[in-house]
Amino acid sequence: MQIYRSHVLICGGTGCTSSKSLLIKDEMISELKRLGIHNEVQVVMTGCFGLCEQGPIMIVYPEGTFYSKVKISDVKRIAEEHLLKGRIVKDLLYYEALEDEIVKSVEEVDFYSKQMRIALSNCGVIDPENIDEYIAFDGYQALIKALTEMNPEQVIDELKISGLRGRGGAGFPTGLKWEFAASYKDDEKYVCCNADEGDPGAFMDRSILEGTPHSVLEAMTIAGYATGANKGYIYVRAEYPIAVSRLEIAIKQAKEYGLLGDNILDTGFDFDIEIRLGAGAFVCGEETALIESIEGKRGMPRTKPPFPAEKGIWGKPTLINNVETFANIPAIILKGGKWFSSIGIPDSKGTKVFALGGKITNTGLVEIPMGTTLRQVIYDIGGGCPDNKKFKAVQTGGPSGGCLTSEHLDTPIGYDNLVKLGSMMGSGGMIVMDEDNCMVDIARYFLDFTCDESCGKCTPCREGTKRLKELLDRICTGKGTLEDLSRLEELAYYIQDNSLCNLGQSAPNPVISTLKHFRDEYLAHVIDKKCPTGVCKDLLQYFITDRCLGCGSCARVCPKDCITPTGEIISEKTGKRRFVIDNSKCIKCGACIQACPPKVSAIVRQ
Amino acid sequence: MKKSIADLMKIRDEALKNMQLRDQSESNCRVVVGMGTCGISAGARPVLRAIIDEINKRSLNNVQVVQTGCVGMCRFEPMFDVNINDEKVTYVNMTSEKARQVVVEHIVNKRVIRDYTIGKSENE
Amino acid sequence: MKNVNIKINGMDFEVPSNYTVLEACKKANIDIPTLCYLKEINETGACRMCVVEVEGARSLQASCVLKVREGMNVKTNTKRVINSRTTTLELLLANHNKDCLKCNRNGKCELQDLSERFHIRDIYFDSFEKRTPHYDDSSVSIVRDQSKCILCGRCVSACQKVAGMGILTYINRGFEAVVGTGFNYKLEEAGCIYCGQCINVCPVGALKEKSHIDQVWDAINNPNVHVVVQTAPAVRASIGEEFGLEMGTRATGKMVAAIKRLGVDKVFDTNFAADLTIMEEGYELLDRIQNNGVLPMLTSCSPGWIRLIEQYYPEFIHNLSSCKSPHQMFGAIIKSYYAEKANIDPKDIFVVSVMPCSAKKSEMNRDEMEVNGLRDVDAVLTTREISNIIREAGIRFNELEDEEFDNPLGEYSGAGVIFGATGGVMEAALRTVADILENKDLDDFEYNNVRGIEGIKEASIELGGKTVNIAVAHGGENAKKLMDMIKSGEKEYHFVEIMGCSGGCVNGGGQPYVKASIRNSGVDIRLARAKALYEEDEIKQVRKSHQNKQIQLLYKEFLEKPNSHKSHELLHTHYKKQEIFPIS
Repeated sequence: MQIYRSHVLICGGTGCTSSKSLLIKDEMISELKRLGIHNEVQVVMTGCFGLCEQGPIMIVYPEGTFYSKVKISDVKRIAEEHLLKGRIVKDLLYYEALEDEIVKSVEEVDFYSKQMRIALSNCGVIDPENIDEYIAFDGYQALIKALTEMNPEQVIDELKISGLRGRGGAGFPTGLKWEFAASYKDDEKYVCCNADEGDPGAFMDRSILEGTPHSVLEAMTIAGYATGANKGYIYVRAEYPIAVSRLEIAIKQAKEYGLLGDNILDTGFDFDIEIRLGAGAFVCGEETALIESIEGKRGMPRTKPPFPAEKGIWGKPTLINNVETFANIPAIILKGGKWFSSIGIPDSKGTKVFALGGKITNTGLVEIPMGTTLRQVIYDIGGGCPDNKKFKAVQTGGPSGGCLTSEHLDTPIGYDNLVKLGSMMGSGGMIVMDEDNCMVDIARYFLDFTCDESCGKCTPCREGTKRLKELLDRICTGKGTLEDLSRLEELAYYIQDNSLCNLGQSAPNPVISTLKHFRDEYLAHVIDKKCPTGVCKDLLQYFITDRCLGCGSCARVCPKDCITPTGEIISEKTGKRRFVIDNSKCIKCGACIQACPPKVSAIVRQ
Repeated sequence: MKKSIADLMKIRDEALKNMQLRDQSESNCRVVVGMGTCGISAGARPVLRAIIDEINKRSLNNVQVVQTGCVGMCRFEPMFDVNINDEKVTYVNMTSEKARQVVVEHIVNKRVIRDYTIGKSENE
Repeated sequence: MKNVNIKINGMDFEVPSNYTVLEACKKANIDIPTLCYLKEINETGACRMCVVEVEGARSLQASCVLKVREGMNVKTNTKRVINSRTTTLELLLANHNKDCLKCNRNGKCELQDLSERFHIRDIYFDSFEKRTPHYDDSSVSIVRDQSKCILCGRCVSACQKVAGMGILTYINRGFEAVVGTGFNYKLEEAGCIYCGQCINVCPVGALKEKSHIDQVWDAINNPNVHVVVQTAPAVRASIGEEFGLEMGTRATGKMVAAIKRLGVDKVFDTNFAADLTIMEEGYELLDRIQNNGVLPMLTSCSPGWIRLIEQYYPEFIHNLSSCKSPHQMFGAIIKSYYAEKANIDPKDIFVVSVMPCSAKKSEMNRDEMEVNGLRDVDAVLTTREISNIIREAGIRFNELEDEEFDNPLGEYSGAGVIFGATGGVMEAALRTVADILENKDLDDFEYNNVRGIEGIKEASIELGGKTVNIAVAHGGENAKKLMDMIKSGEKEYHFVEIMGCSGGCVNGGGQPYVKASIRNSGVDIRLARAKALYEEDEIKQVRKSHQNKQIQLLYKEFLEKPNSHKSHELLHTHYKKQEIFPIS
């Protein structure tokens, strides 16, 4: 086997790929050839590094040099200077990797040093399309251990000891779920991986599939062994083409190595995995809707019970876990449940991957031990709100979750803690809002999403979320009444109480939690007809102050001709008059502000 | 080709030799080769290649080879440091042949070749 | 089945462990309101009308799909429950076209009933956005009005599970979700067989038959038009329900009396034509068996089934009997033989078929269904429509004395009556064919193995020293199953009866609405109505088609013999392949 003196890791996750990281890789290979060092330096395309904000990302080992926002035109310099001459190209480093002229390695920068990676441990480290690299980092060792040293009950026990809970949303204890699935006997049983990641802004499952697809295959095979299933389905959305293709490659490789298929590792255990593509409906992340979809039907949830463990795919006992849940399992089997349960807090063990988004400096993926506080995640790892804006709230759990405010920042992250505060873990979306965000508008944004994504099966979700959204529309446009506000609240609780599946039941959460923490903002919209943050355009009014010099520039650009001169003469000499805006006609386009000469700045918006 | 457990272990060990480079905690031996303009013009490239080749040949998977720029002692180029457990030895006026000897003697057999070190050269 | 103990509103009850909470409450004499629930057909828990509070559950539970558990504590009338049900109703109503007074379901609408029960007075969201409605009356048979649809999904499930077709489905998502056809094709082109099972289960006025009432009134009111009404066998078994009689009550005499009072000129019985069909079809079968014709021969009485085979099994078109369906045959006979006998210009005759069927409306419009430029049938009224007319005319149905069908075409055998139930055509045909082959009047002519509601019924019968293999299927699902077996060669038959509707015509898409509360109570509509038909068969003097005196006379005076040139001209037809989802 060839050993290289240096490895250039280039992120091949979706984020970096879309900013041309694959071309950067090709360019690097041809540069290395040109310099004649292509036999010394290996170029590896990896999965997501997590710091997507800074992509495309390139890491050079053995130094661990962290280049960010690499452009194709930078490749030549990195090749010549760093890889040929050994001089780190400092101006291309991630800004935090250079402190007082000292270059920090990737492991030393705050974004990574404060994380703890289990599910993502291989992401950004190995080539996801090379099974050997996965094997090198203990890949398939857990499967060997499970198949040769443990019986199914022991595997399940290990999971129960670990305290792992489902990472997809509800947080059901994984060991228990496996035990239920194992307890139902049938001629056919299934293991299903829920890779229908739908929360806006959450992409940990995609990154895992792109970065370490074999972890999921290995875990599913272990699950098959533990629950007595011989067939697995991965339900992944078709809009994740890179994840799908890496899964396909991984399945092919695993089959070639005999790690999938009949008589795995000569233990007599058979297991096979098939990919099912979803069309991207949010509701198909709900396990019963997912099952319907796998069966080729319209993705609409079934009532539970019966739970999938009893009657799942094709009516057979089915174990469904989410991608991130599976990604934790090889490590648990290999290092033991006890090791895993030593991480985290009493009700929430291990680590959790979060997708940081919104008004935060380091948007991207982070994996942190449970019990880390929101403050540590948002400030220490995420770098806080950009432009020194004041933090206002953070939405956890995606559109189904709720918002938490600055008073909750020191809450240790855990399933029960978040639920207690009216939010939830969800799949791990974390959207940060700063002082410029209007919370009513935020609630409306999330409702808009769930309203669109409702499958239309049950009345509360189909009709109710739409009305909820319309009520929010009224409030945001200044048409809301106090009666609307009380209807909003009643309807929100009604939907929560009456919907068929979790999508509907959790859809009103953004409304309920913003009403709880930011009721004054709602009241400002309804009573004062004002949006305190100025986000809701319809509630803005434009005024011309007495700084006006009467030039008329604003009136000339106004598309609605609602700016006219007043009787107030500003200058006797020129006879110019001050202008005024007729707010009943104004469409709040802002053209007048643009037109007013900057040194005058007579038009204000409030 | 279907693999047995033993096959998989072999694949793992083989792959690991290369992959360890990416795990910074594992390595205890680091060779730093001067690759400034002075070094390259004095023949640092063949020296570097020889080191890598020798490491490859001997499957020394926990040795890191990194480059550095000019260290200011251009007359000693090509030169490189060998760091084992934080003890640094600097070899100077290297050739491919000498570099191979250093890998064998110093890195494998843990015997410093005093004749090639900077201390010896400076005294001359 | 073992029992479990549960608490309902604080009281203890013991119910079988396979009960749902809804059923348990019913046992406790508490009617939980439902809208989407149809036992064994639509058990989706979607509408949320039936929610109850269950101790330990975080949210309210849909009682229709929740099984009872030992120790379960259920509350059905808390404020939380009542408010939820009211809100659900209000949400549905806000998006519902509430022109109730102008709706064909006015007074028979399950949503209206609930609205009354929960005394809905004010709908807060009434002024909010409404779903874009879609009105599809492109089909000659079924009209869809999405402005009335409440997305309960009953039609979708009935189409899938009862009809076995899966033409209606949900399309779009969320608020824009509607029930529609694939790619929004018209029903005509979407593979629909017009069985009308969707209409039967719709709780509101979102699905209905295309009305022919106006045409019929116009004909009755035109003094120059001679209006002849014929009634299908299955109508007598169900029309009583429209007037409050118990399901399964035979109302033949009252029906005839009521229709006569509408001012029509003649009321004949399609059963006569059923007997005629048996003659034609029976001899066709004998001919095929004896002369190596295409087998199995498939019956052709059900227009739903004809649409199914033309769209899905066109390769079997030659297996279909060339006989028109009975009412079409009758129309042709009325406008020829009868016209001649009664000395009426056939152009002045208006034939109204009263049918249990929505597909007959499409059948009567087929190009082939005319002779010498005269349409066989001019209007088809469903059982529901004729009842509406009777009510409109103020006829006191229940007070009427029984009256007889008119002659000369009013006589019918018991064999003709049982056409209305699955297996009836087969049994009627066997009664005649057996006699012909054995050349005697057999005493043993009840074929119980083709009766009943089992999906596919098979038998091997010795007829004149020959074993004849037969099969009977009803409903699209079973029809397809049977056809697939025939197609694959797994099964070989001589004669196969297939009906488009489950249970046959008694459960046709034109039959009276049966509220979900009755459907869910465990009554089998198919059996209850079929019973009325078999009763009528039993009391008939003549129970074999070929023994019908008027049929014999018809052949003697007019048609000569079965499958004669004349009968081919009038009574037989042909079929053609129909494209599904045609690319225009």
